[in-house]
Amino acid sequence: MNTGNTKVMNRFDVTSRLIAKLKNEEAVIGGIGNTNFDLWAAGHRPQNFYMLGSMGLAFPIALGVALAQPDRRVFALEGDGSLLMQLGALSTIATLKPKNLIMIVMDNGIYQITGAQPTPAAQVADIVAIAAGSGLANSAWAADEEDFERLVDEAMTASEPSLIAVRIDDKPGVGTTRRDPVQIRERFMHGLGVREPL
Amino acid sequence: MAIAEQHNSTQAAQASSDKSWHGIVLQTLKRNEISLIPYVPDRVLTPLIKNLHADPFFTTFATAREEEAVGILSGAWMGGRRGAMLMQTSGFATLANVLASLAVPYQIPLIMFVSERGTLGEFNYGQSLVCRTMRPVLDSLALEHHTITRLDELEFIADRSIKQAVTTQAPVALILNPLLTGGKVFDK
Repeated sequence: MNTGNTKVMNRFDVTSRLIAKLKNEEAVIGGIGNTNFDLWAAGHRPQNFYMLGSMGLAFPIALGVALAQPDRRVFALEGDGSLLMQLGALSTIATLKPKNLIMIVMDNGIYQITGAQPTPAAQVADIVAIAAGSGLANSAWAADEEDFERLVDEAMTASEPSLIAVRIDDKPGVGTTRRDPVQIRERFMHGLGVREPL
Repeated sequence: MAIAEQHNSTQAAQASSDKSWHGIVLQTLKRNEISLIPYVPDRVLTPLIKNLHADPFFTTFATAREEEAVGILSGAWMGGRRGAMLMQTSGFATLANVLASLAVPYQIPLIMFVSERGTLGEFNYGQSLVCRTMRPVLDSLALEHHTITRLDELEFIADRSIKQAVTTQAPVALILNPLLTGGKVFDK
């Protein structure tokens, strides 16, 4: 894997750094498993959406939000194993070019939650090269936490979709999302200003 | 061959008519403010896809896989924009997991148009087998679905089903039968 001197970071720490930067009610879609557990643990926001299944759909869901609300920045957090399930989505996003969409891949090379089995890509594939080859030119590895924050800042004003890949350790998520899909969806819609509470 | 020719000439005659099945579908989508149309293509759907692309009201685009379209429409709905997806029978067969883990439990009014392959003159055994999985999957999740066979019933079924999906926050599958569309017939 051509990740150079990329530092191995921690998912919860990186997620917390992202959330701390959000000042404009940006939407955040958390992929299945540890990715959304750490989003939950970083502190619930009304603009957070947590997936409880449909592995691989964090980027497509975020694309839908981005197309519906082009003036809002939309972040998607996805694991490497999840992304491998839906690589075609990268080309769909590259074709539609929503400039308000920012994709973050948490790459530990394992299916941590099922017992830390290595993914088929772990030793051979480079997520950023795959993204670039799929047409997402604005794709980069974060070298360390500081570089991650810099890449997020750049993505906030980018004129095309951005993908930031982060090498992370093998730690599990630090929280557990409350598994209430209807409430998650309804509160997210309130957070996006689509609906008012009853 | 005669059937194929008859079918092709019928399609050509319908290309610009609002009273064709695809014209009615397009107008019904528009009337219900459904503007986002991801699809995985199908031969029978070609005139509909072509006309959707040509109409700036719609954002029409291909996805690499049907599951992607379910994700996109779920996100769009939550963001306040309505959409519908187009696919063929074999594409629907890839969706059981995301229907059961996203659209149904999160109460997303996912509107699906399925061009029905595998029946009434199917020439590919695999298509006829995969077709038999479609309604059992829909029924197992208690999803609303209608098989549309008649042009004079299309607008009523499509319009009412879209409104029901939105108001009850539940997915719906509208299955476009070969009796409506002409279907795809063997063509060497």
